[in-house]
Amino acid sequence: MSKTLFDKVWDAHVVRQIEGGPDVLFIDRHLIHEVTSPVAFLGLKSRGIKVLYPERTFATADHNTPTINQHLPVSDPLSANQLAALESNSNEYGISHWGLGHQKNGIVHVVGPEYGITQPGSTIVCGDSHTSTHGAFGAIAFGIGTSEVEMVLATQCIMQPKAKKMRINVNGKLGLGVTPKDVALFIISKLTTSGATGYFVEYAGDVFENMTMEGRMTVCNLSIEMGARGGMIAPDETTINYVKGREFSPKGEAWEKALAYYKTLKTDEGAVFDKELTFEGASIEPMITYGTNPGMGIGISQDIPDAENVEGGVATYAKSLGYMGFSEGESMIGKKVDYVFVGSCTNGRIEDFRAFASIVKGKHKADNVTAWLVPGSHIVESQIKEEGLLDIFTEAGFTLRQPGCSACLAMNDDKIPAGKYAVSTSNRNFEGRQGPGSRTLLASPLVAAAAAVTGVVTDPRTLLK
Amino acid sequence: MAYDKFNVLRSTAVPLSIENIDTDQLIPARFLKATERVGFGDNLFRDWRYNPDNTPKEDFVLNNPIYSGKILVGGKNFGSGSSREHAAWAVYDYGFRCVVSSFFADIFKNNCLNIGVLPVQVSAEFADKIFTTILANPNTELEVDLEAQTISISGTDEKESFDISPYKKHNMLNGFDDIDYLQSIKTEIEDFATKLPF
Ligand code: SF4
Repeated sequence: MSKTLFDKVWDAHVVRQIEGGPDVLFIDRHLIHEVTSPVAFLGLKSRGIKVLYPERTFATADHNTPTINQHLPVSDPLSANQLAALESNSNEYGISHWGLGHQKNGIVHVVGPEYGITQPGSTIVCGDSHTSTHGAFGAIAFGIGTSEVEMVLATQCIMQPKAKKMRINVNGKLGLGVTPKDVALFIISKLTTSGATGYFVEYAGDVFENMTMEGRMTVCNLSIEMGARGGMIAPDETTINYVKGREFSPKGEAWEKALAYYKTLKTDEGAVFDKELTFEGASIEPMITYGTNPGMGIGISQDIPDAENVEGGVATYAKSLGYMGFSEGESMIGKKVDYVFVGSCTNGRIEDFRAFASIVKGKHKADNVTAWLVPGSHIVESQIKEEGLLDIFTEAGFTLRQPGCSACLAMNDDKIPAGKYAVSTSNRNFEGRQGPGSRTLLASPLVAAAAAVTGVVTDPRTLLK
Repeated sequence: MAYDKFNVLRSTAVPLSIENIDTDQLIPARFLKATERVGFGDNLFRDWRYNPDNTPKEDFVLNNPIYSGKILVGGKNFGSGSSREHAAWAVYDYGFRCVVSSFFADIFKNNCLNIGVLPVQVSAEFADKIFTTILANPNTELEVDLEAQTISISGTDEKESFDISPYKKHNMLNGFDDIDYLQSIKTEIEDFATKLPF
């Protein structure tokens, strides 16, 4: 029978099917961080059980870490406590721990792929919803809750019903200034934040085939923002070239065997999806959000829609615009920007900083803008320096911070103040997500760069021509 | 952690008819710093419940004494956003044992089931009826019967059935959790691990 990519990977990992219940799914690799793991370890302790396969779990500290002066002790005692718990739990159970200051430290979904932990055709989970990022490699990857973190530590399995399948095709070519982030925000704006709930999405079509791994990661990362469990893209040459030779990638004979498996990882001709959607790449423009969920996005040249043209309740819509301080029918272009955040597991990779540099080069940061440029990992940080991007940033009046989640969820000190507007390359614009009262405009690194040098929301295409 | 058994819950309910209630509202990230599962209920809906100076916002439903109970009724697409189980813990710790909505985000729903909070998905019409009835009379009780898989509005004939997987239902009725089950098939798992495709 014809199978989808998702079926192939899922079916290969089912330990047992329960009548009328979930499947018991074997997890190849498990990523943990300081925020969602401590209670899972407490659970293990109280049950008196060990970690079944410690070599399959990797720990990195990211959510709570400062992005300046990382050599100093962490000043917030609660954060320091969580970081210490991650370290002691990892040590106690024999798990690799990449804590603050470790060369491999960085955002969990950035370092996983960088070190080859992320492999095509594998199952990957983490107590963080953006685990969907790793689907870019043709893996089944999704976020789990702390009870499930405990399950994986204890048994290397979780129990989940198999999701429905959706394929989203984007064909043709993307226009000037249109990035993978825009493709994702465009799709979410069409589907809404619940449009893919219950589904696992496969992205297909020329646009994704021609995308780099970084771009594919950005797209798969945002799958969760339309409610999907995860997203995936069939592995191809681009994937294999990225994975080959990384520290935790298979080597020698194991690599040959893995390669043979990777080559089987595509949706068969005639395989059936529960839902299929197709868009044209040429119809996508640089996107920006105007509301308080990632589905509230528009092409940057469009106006904020009227309530009647938006799905959902009028009261909820009014509450959202009220929070943002915007009105129906307004243009986003020219709106004042106070903060610019470039980073997160969505857009904190080298390509994102290259894109940012392509616009700020030879210009200067607007005086009214505070900019936080936060690389996703030390590897990204080194690349920024080696490629000369740091010089471009410095000349343009920007500084570079140290790796971590930072203002993506504002658990550390990187908080956008109440009422201020931030153009952010991260993934969520929920009320208060970037700090109590903060107002987030989600966008690509190009849109962020255009805002950073002009001080207002600006169509990046006007600066690229 | 095994949790309380869930059988029949009859309680008044708190109506919160906002759509797309996300996990950052349920529990803002700055309250995720604990290393133990304690005190999350205090920060449930923190920024909707309290002003920046920590005084209660009077117009928020949790601060309105006429509404109380063990059931929270939310708008469509409840629990979207992050995988933080802390959101479900906050709901539980506050005292809710059941959340009713016409649509749930996936991970949140799963997290609830894993900690003993029953997510009850009803039709949009039924959700509207619940909201209207409670707003008209805050003392209205809802009855959630897990065995029968029904939810009814007491004092009316309104009743609807809801879905839950037989496995999860069995767990909730008995207070079992998945780890108990997985531990019982450990040799099967270990055997499977030796036969992976790569
Ligand atoms: S960058 Fe943001 S979304 Fe990504 S792992 Fe960190 S907190 Fe989660």
